[in-house]
Amino acid sequence: MTTSAVARPPGPSAGEPARARRVVHAERSRADRFFDRATLGSGITVLVLLTVVGLFLLWQGRATWSSMGARFLTTTTWRPSSTSPEVGVLGLLYGTVVVALIAEVIAVPAGIGVGLYIAEFAPLGARKMLQGLVDLLAAVPSILFGLWGFFFLQEQIVPLSRWLTTHLGRIPLFATDRDAQLTSSFFIAGIVVSLMVVPIVASISRAVFVQTPPGEKEGALALGASRWGMVRAVMLPYGRGGMIGGSMLGLGRALGETIAVSLLLPQVPWISSHWLQNGGGTIAGFIADRAGNSLTVPSLMAAGLVLFVLTLATNLVASTIVARSRSGAGVDL
Amino acid sequence: MTLASEVTGTGTAVPGAGHLPYANGASAAGVGGGAGGPGRRPPRHDPSSQRTPRRTPRRPATLTAEDWGYALASAVSSLSLCWLAFSVLTDGIGWFGFWLVAYLVFLGMLFVATYQRLGRLAAVDRVMTVVVWSVMGVVLVPLVWLVVYILVKGLPGLSLGFFTHTQRGVTPTQPATAGGGLHAIVGTVEQVGIALLISLPLGAMTAVFLNETRSSLRRPVRIFVDAMSGMPSVVSGLFIYATLIIPLAKDNALFGYNGFMAALALSVTMMPTICRAIEVVLRLVPAGLREAGLALGASRARVVWSVVLPTASSGVATAAILGIAREAGETAPLLFTAFGYNLMNANPFSGPQESLPLFIWRFIREPSAVEITRGFTGALVLMALILLLFAAARVLGRDRTKARHRRPSLAGLLPGRPPARPIAGVEDNAA
Repeated sequence: MTTSAVARPPGPSAGEPARARRVVHAERSRADRFFDRATLGSGITVLVLLTVVGLFLLWQGRATWSSMGARFLTTTTWRPSSTSPEVGVLGLLYGTVVVALIAEVIAVPAGIGVGLYIAEFAPLGARKMLQGLVDLLAAVPSILFGLWGFFFLQEQIVPLSRWLTTHLGRIPLFATDRDAQLTSSFFIAGIVVSLMVVPIVASISRAVFVQTPPGEKEGALALGASRWGMVRAVMLPYGRGGMIGGSMLGLGRALGETIAVSLLLPQVPWISSHWLQNGGGTIAGFIADRAGNSLTVPSLMAAGLVLFVLTLATNLVASTIVARSRSGAGVDL
Repeated sequence: MTLASEVTGTGTAVPGAGHLPYANGASAAGVGGGAGGPGRRPPRHDPSSQRTPRRTPRRPATLTAEDWGYALASAVSSLSLCWLAFSVLTDGIGWFGFWLVAYLVFLGMLFVATYQRLGRLAAVDRVMTVVVWSVMGVVLVPLVWLVVYILVKGLPGLSLGFFTHTQRGVTPTQPATAGGGLHAIVGTVEQVGIALLISLPLGAMTAVFLNETRSSLRRPVRIFVDAMSGMPSVVSGLFIYATLIIPLAKDNALFGYNGFMAALALSVTMMPTICRAIEVVLRLVPAGLREAGLALGASRARVVWSVVLPTASSGVATAAILGIAREAGETAPLLFTAFGYNLMNANPFSGPQESLPLFIWRFIREPSAVEITRGFTGALVLMALILLLFAAARVLGRDRTKARHRRPSLAGLLPGRPPARPIAGVEDNAA
């Protein structure tokens, strides 16, 4: 049924069998043709736009790609202006992944917990309001989180970092250099980014949890399951696709998080397991930090392309997982 | 949640004592297993109840005074233990670490205490219930805290002058109330307005394409829209910089650093947001309305224009407002496009322009406390703007849900009439 269908009965000529086929003509009006073209055009605009983003980032970064080649992905140093430029994204890529990892470790359980709370545990009357608050949390701009994290939360977390490194410093993850600054660390940046990831995970997991068939839930309860038993046996397996997909989408957000991380990390390429101490940078934060410095433009474009491809891949995998899962078919990411 | 969750002990419940779980004090501790499976621990025998085993029904989801007592005791002992560990035995861990550790210890203690009393399943249930409740609180605390913090830090710099003055002639030594952010507010309004003008038609058309046509391109377009909405906003700024500003700025001031470029970068991130929000709303328009329109002989374009869009109009408005709220706070795309400017530049098509996020971003990176306060004042105004927009979107959403029980009116089918009633049960897609 692609257009308005005008049914034209063949006419009640006598003697014809009653089951005569009705010939249906599809007549496309001018408005319809225009409508088809206009909507198709906007759809194609989207396809073109995203492709063009990738192509132009590649084109403007060509100076870097031709001088560094694949070594761009395996070099940590960033010396764009010297006579023998040596730039590489590996140090920043490491920081990006570490910050996103810390954020995910905190945000995924928290987000799933919030989704579960709103879908199942909260008083009925409060659910809509709580979801509104989660949406509000998602609407708070990154720069406000950055401000709060930098000027306030940081000081509160430093004592925890100091305690961890003093008493558990033998574990490599908690080790720091002697007398190291404990501000502006991967750990703190990860905590702040996790606050921005939680609403994404929470919204999507709530959306799949509320779709759990009531019959299956009641069945579990009728068999004597406790509420958590029901959640574990019915809701969590049912919502698995949504939880994984939501976490991946959150990962995409964490990888691309820019302004807050730019404030919270010193933005120098750095590879180290000392996550509690000052240092490091992420691709997005580094790009924001170097904005307006024309010398580094090609290398920033190249780094931007790496970030673009990374987040694109993450998001594509996420939406595929959600769409293919049992619960996710009708869920909007 | 008492639904169907009454667990009766293995024996027969005594009528009369049935709803008094602890009627027979002596057997209370042994009754049932809670959720832990009846019969895990044999009931203590009361000489007076030899003939009929006292098994009373127990609702595992109901918390008794004893449960509360155990929880309270766990909390107190966990706090004291942490106090001992961190204040007496080792050096401090900060309040953040203290509460984190105390919370984990509390969970452990609650588990052990409930396990001793009611068995493993009940213990897991209790602990997970506590976890789920507390996670919700922990997520909301930063939200409130952030709002209060920005309010407290930003208020000292806020005066009426913020809305009427720019930073003209203001030096870093003057108090934070000197000058204002009018130029930033004007810039934000212009940039977001232009971005909306570009992305609302494009987003709405794409949403219509995805939902109202039968094109075979719908699948790739949907995937690309999804991918685009996850694109980091700094990349869209970089994109406009790479595509327009670098190659064209030399010959044409329109493609230099200015508000229009910022609006283009914003619309790249805004379009998928709006498109997906509108698509959700379109999907909720009852198919019967479309079919009725088609059956009356209307063309598909006519049905979309006169039936589908009017029915979904309040949802479209919500989508637009949420898109604005999202973009008003975007900073990263502006760094490469609008660039920032301390004075008024009301012309978005020429010359660098300020906006609220850039205003904040530039001032909080200054070393002086006064400048930082200016930044916080900008943050306060931005936050108030976003909260207002968000509240407006919620109000629109609420109007729709109040109409839940009304049937869609046929008036909306007739072209040229005011929009049909809002549609039922639309949820905002703000995430």
